[in-house]
Amino acid sequence: MPRKTLLARFTAAVATFTLLASLCISPAAAAGKLQVMTATTDLAALAQEIGGDRVDVESVAKGYQDPHFVEAKPSFLLKLRRADLLIVVGLELEIGWLPPLITQSTNPKIQVGAPGYFDASRFAKILEIPTGAVTRAEGDVHPQGNPHYWLDPENGLRIAKGIADKFSEMRPADAAYFAERYSAFEQRLKQADQQWQAQMKPYAGRKIVTYHRSWPNFAEHFGLNVVGYVEPRPGIPPSPQHTVELIGQMKRDNVKVIVVEPYFDLKTPNSIARETGGTVLVLMPSVGGEKEITDYFKLFEYDIAKLKQAFDATK
Amino acid sequence: MKRLLLLLALASFPLEAQQSPPPPTARAHPDDDSRLRLLEEQVRVLTDEVAHLRSQMQSLQQTNAPGTTPGQVLLASSRIEPSSLPASPEAPAPASGNVSPAGPPPAQVAQTQTYGGASSNAKLLNPDISLIGDFIGAAGHNDVSPSRSLEMHESEVGMQAIIDPYARADAFLSFGEEGVNVEEAYITFTSLPAGLLLKVGKMRAEFGKVNTIHNHALQYIDRPLATNNLVGGEDGIDDAGISLTRFLPAPKGWFAEGTAQVFRGDSDDVFTANRRQDLSVVGHLRAYRDLNESTNLDLGFSYARGHNNAGLLTSDPSAFLTNLYAADATLRWKPLRRAIYNSFLFRTEFFWSARDQLSALNAFETQHAFGMYAHSEYRLNRRWTIGGRFDRSGRADNAALTDTGFSGILTYWPSEFSQIRGQYRYGHLFDTATSRYDNANEFLFQFLFVMGAHGAHPF
Repeated sequence: MPRKTLLARFTAAVATFTLLASLCISPAAAAGKLQVMTATTDLAALAQEIGGDRVDVESVAKGYQDPHFVEAKPSFLLKLRRADLLIVVGLELEIGWLPPLITQSTNPKIQVGAPGYFDASRFAKILEIPTGAVTRAEGDVHPQGNPHYWLDPENGLRIAKGIADKFSEMRPADAAYFAERYSAFEQRLKQADQQWQAQMKPYAGRKIVTYHRSWPNFAEHFGLNVVGYVEPRPGIPPSPQHTVELIGQMKRDNVKVIVVEPYFDLKTPNSIARETGGTVLVLMPSVGGEKEITDYFKLFEYDIAKLKQAFDATK
Repeated sequence: MKRLLLLLALASFPLEAQQSPPPPTARAHPDDDSRLRLLEEQVRVLTDEVAHLRSQMQSLQQTNAPGTTPGQVLLASSRIEPSSLPASPEAPAPASGNVSPAGPPPAQVAQTQTYGGASSNAKLLNPDISLIGDFIGAAGHNDVSPSRSLEMHESEVGMQAIIDPYARADAFLSFGEEGVNVEEAYITFTSLPAGLLLKVGKMRAEFGKVNTIHNHALQYIDRPLATNNLVGGEDGIDDAGISLTRFLPAPKGWFAEGTAQVFRGDSDDVFTANRRQDLSVVGHLRAYRDLNESTNLDLGFSYARGHNNAGLLTSDPSAFLTNLYAADATLRWKPLRRAIYNSFLFRTEFFWSARDQLSALNAFETQHAFGMYAHSEYRLNRRWTIGGRFDRSGRADNAALTDTGFSGILTYWPSEFSQIRGQYRYGHLFDTATSRYDNANEFLFQFLFVMGAHGAHPF
């Protein structure tokens, strides 16, 4: 009778399964390069700056993708399970897709709180931390502050320092190498930042409108003034009423530049631009947003060049 | 009137005080002099106290988040001193194997301190708590499987937390019109060797796709006919047991995963454990491939076996088994640059059921029933999705009776946290009361809302 053998069969099945599993244990890559996965391309770019040829870095999200809405595809699991280190943006930016990936990765090294879990937000200066009651009447708010903090070179440097320390801790033998790379990165970034600041100086205090609240750190660093948003609330699609109000505000304040992230629809921004005589500017919030933005420096170069152009055109 | 006068007097008092400030050089009255000295003394004490508090705050900030000192222009000024950076909160785990009293993970402590945020510290260790309300209404004609006109179908409370460095846990309690049901409650061990993922508790079995999905995450209001006829209805195979999952070796570009589960053997009307050893088992194989960055293919094969309730009145009730086989295929398309606006999904599942039972002539027989559904949906823009589903399924206890159905579905999202859905459903269903097929035409509508932090669902 089948019932007598059910348990025995199950035991056999589990045994086979376990045997199969033990046969294909992945070869440990401990001695090789440090395997680093990051949530976003910006963190990957920073990790690459510090890690050089001693690390393999890959990002889950693409630079032209909305980092709030990444799909937790199983193909990422294959990469995550081999990772020694997972660098995340934090502040609940990845709350919609990263937790199941981490759990399913079956990689003890990168579980939350494990040595291989690195939350970059702990090293950065965070803006827009809400005070008082936080409700979703405000839209998709991030109770721990605005997670788009990487768009400030100073934060980039802070995060890079954190990454350098982390790498050194995980690969003490290469500590000097990472320290050297960090120093070089710091120097290059400082020089670049001086140029960027100089380029942006003539436009200090210029008012802009952005689609999503992705740019507070960028605006603060480069002295821009974000006076409004195309979204009525973070994560809420534009509404006619809000758009009318925004147009009125832009006309009153003489705001001419509407900054849009590459993953948002341009219909509403374009109609606002038509009404206000302004211009829509697609800026890249992340490395890899355009093909030519291959590293952290090119990200700022690209955005600043675009901004200059737009400001000059809309004087 | 008196009250009004009082109010006026009160209001005028600070005004007067503002209008006539005492001359700064007034030191005529000895009474004033001593009062002034007293005030000076108080100011000095307060200043000291403020300075003391400020220094305390600074030292706190430095120990908690030295890297985040606001306003400090790092690039323009000096470089960051290594000592001023956090002393790497995620200190490496002790090299010795002694990890038993592994206190709170240091990284978490650092996080909570740096983040600060709006909640008080006492709440920080609470699990993520969420409630999903699922309200369903129905109108139209359906004599075979009528549902209520209006009902608060379920309120699903979710509690999710990381338990310790080795495990996390998820619990979903569903409060329906008839009572409370532990839909799922399980612990997941994430740090096992050999890439194993172990889940223990009550859970939805990895049998196909739709069986694993919670009501609120479905792309339609009802469950497919095949689920209702062959795989236990709304709750499906949802039982207390143990689950083991592991990645399997796969050709390049493919992702493969195997799951083996053993359950007590009680799942709605699919499986019934007549004796303690009447366990049910579920096996699932999954193969996944990215066709390109926007398109992917997801395939699955499932098997389930358990005892059923057909032999309850016989001398050997455990002789009656149900074997279930399923195959599922999903094709997804979602362009990364426009992920929030447009996407497409096609999914189909086939079910085969082999159920031991007694025939009308009281002879032992096995009914072989087949069921399937095919569903497709397209996201038109950020707020609207349109979909359709075709259903066809035999009945587990009488494969000769085949129900057929079609649905058209329209979904609207005011935000990520609420959802309004309408579904037109046609059914050609066998009515056992009248012993003939009956046509059902219905309009279903649904309101869903999410409170709190509901963890993301697996892909």
